[in-house]
Amino acid sequence: MKKRIQNILPLLVLSPTMVIILVFVYAFIVWTAILSFTNSTILPRYSFVGWTQYIKLWSIPNWYTAIKNLFIFTPLYISISVVIGLSLAIFLDQKIRIEGVIRPIYLYPMALSFIVSGTAWKWFLNPGTGLENAMHNFGWESFTFDWIINSDKAIYTVVIAAVWQSSGFVMAIFLSGLRGVNDEVVKSAKIDGAGFFNVYRYVIIPQLKPAFASAVIILLHLAIKSYDLVIALTNAGPGNSTEMPATFMYSYTFARSQMAIGSASAVVMLLTIASIFVPYIYSEVKNSA
Amino acid sequence: MSSNKFWRSLIYITLLVFAAFYLLPIYVMLTTSFKSVDEIRTGHILSWPNVFTTDAWGKAWFDACIGISCEGINKYFWNSVKMVIPAVLLSTLPGAFNGYVLTKWRFPGHNIVFGLLLFSCFIPFQIVLIPTATVLGKLGIADSTLGLILVHMAYGLGFTTLFFRNFYQAFPDELVRAARIDGAGFFTIFWRIMLPSSGPIIAISVIWQFTNIWNDFLFGASFTSGANSPITVALNNLANSSTGAKEYNVDMAAAIYAALPTLVAYVFAGKYFIKGLLAGSVKG
Repeated sequence: MKKRIQNILPLLVLSPTMVIILVFVYAFIVWTAILSFTNSTILPRYSFVGWTQYIKLWSIPNWYTAIKNLFIFTPLYISISVVIGLSLAIFLDQKIRIEGVIRPIYLYPMALSFIVSGTAWKWFLNPGTGLENAMHNFGWESFTFDWIINSDKAIYTVVIAAVWQSSGFVMAIFLSGLRGVNDEVVKSAKIDGAGFFNVYRYVIIPQLKPAFASAVIILLHLAIKSYDLVIALTNAGPGNSTEMPATFMYSYTFARSQMAIGSASAVVMLLTIASIFVPYIYSEVKNSA
Repeated sequence: MSSNKFWRSLIYITLLVFAAFYLLPIYVMLTTSFKSVDEIRTGHILSWPNVFTTDAWGKAWFDACIGISCEGINKYFWNSVKMVIPAVLLSTLPGAFNGYVLTKWRFPGHNIVFGLLLFSCFIPFQIVLIPTATVLGKLGIADSTLGLILVHMAYGLGFTTLFFRNFYQAFPDELVRAARIDGAGFFTIFWRIMLPSSGPIIAISVIWQFTNIWNDFLFGASFTSGANSPITVALNNLANSSTGAKEYNVDMAAAIYAALPTLVAYVFAGKYFIKGLLAGSVKG
């Protein structure tokens, strides 16, 4: 009897989590998908209208702005963060005496909420109160930096703040990768007469593939989910020029009472993320089995 | 100057310039929060305060207007405290048990369970907002701290389980097997053998959950309003309000209050914070 209890005990312990995950994650995904095929507005309603909401979604100019911004923001955010992160990691790996002071300074932004950093950046980038005004005070009268109130440029201010927030973290990923590089290979390359740049270019950086993969995957994930920073920095404006899929979903669902459209946009977001992550998760699970 | 020295100076300068870049917003927040409104108007954002005043700090905490209520942000700060402590505990403890089961008491299909949990860490939360709001309403805990605790626990379980699973995977099976032969049961092994060596992973999991839940905005904004909001939502309402004269010093003081708990955690347990970030990303 005791033996039997011991056998089912592990499953009993795991079951509350599984119930919660199956309901809160998987059943809710199905629920949202179902809502996207209905004509729900302010409250869920279950009369089905086929693909109507998806067709409508792709005819809304705001949604195009959101998708366009995602395609501007994501490549810039990822590439700039990776270039800065990798460069700083390589520099910090040159036996820098002040590394212990520098590293925590690079990383603290990751501990802050996007609302906090968005609030600070919004003020700093505001031409009337921030950097532009400060430069005028220093006597540089012709200095202009008004991207945040310019609907063609505002999305780039989101890139600046987002890079500020996560490039230090990317640095940490690469630094831990660099510390794991095989010293013997590097030494023998140096003995063969390879210079600093060639050692990095041909020997060390190719060994950082896993670090590149995890940096890109985490940044991609942050990019597609980015909501808080946009709200705090630009509130999707000016106009709706910095609309992103996440802000679109929220405003159509809760502010404009177009729940079915909101659901359809959420499904599109999920499918985008799933197409990237399911292969990754599959390989993780297979490797660990 | 030798070329080696030249390159090293260049590296040092670059590193310091970037340090200044990362410190800039916190410098602006701190100096502004100690200035008076007059000084903000006449001076500029990079200037050092002429006269240090803590007026903005007092006003942000006790009197700042969030929406129509002018009682400062202290209420929302405590809302976040009351949310984060139970939510962290309720997601970390099950995570530890789950990780233990998934590595030391494997059963057929354990990797399917692992896959389902792993995927739950990556979903965009937009996909669950509407059902969650509906269910919280049905349970009668919409617009409450209790509702947020439940939500943060539910969506944190995937991460905490992952942390503990990866940690316990490296824990020697022989020790567990030997204990079982000696007649130790499921819970005895967990309390006596696993838990005592779990200090680092508990710290990582707690700090990760604490940072994520304290900094959350989406759930707070979606499931609460007014007096029940967490600090992030209150801060955004304060900083984005367009009524009355803008008091940037108060906004910045409020932002620092909102940032303080996670910054303190970072200063005192930065090692675990970074490990958590790396564990959450590098190794799923």
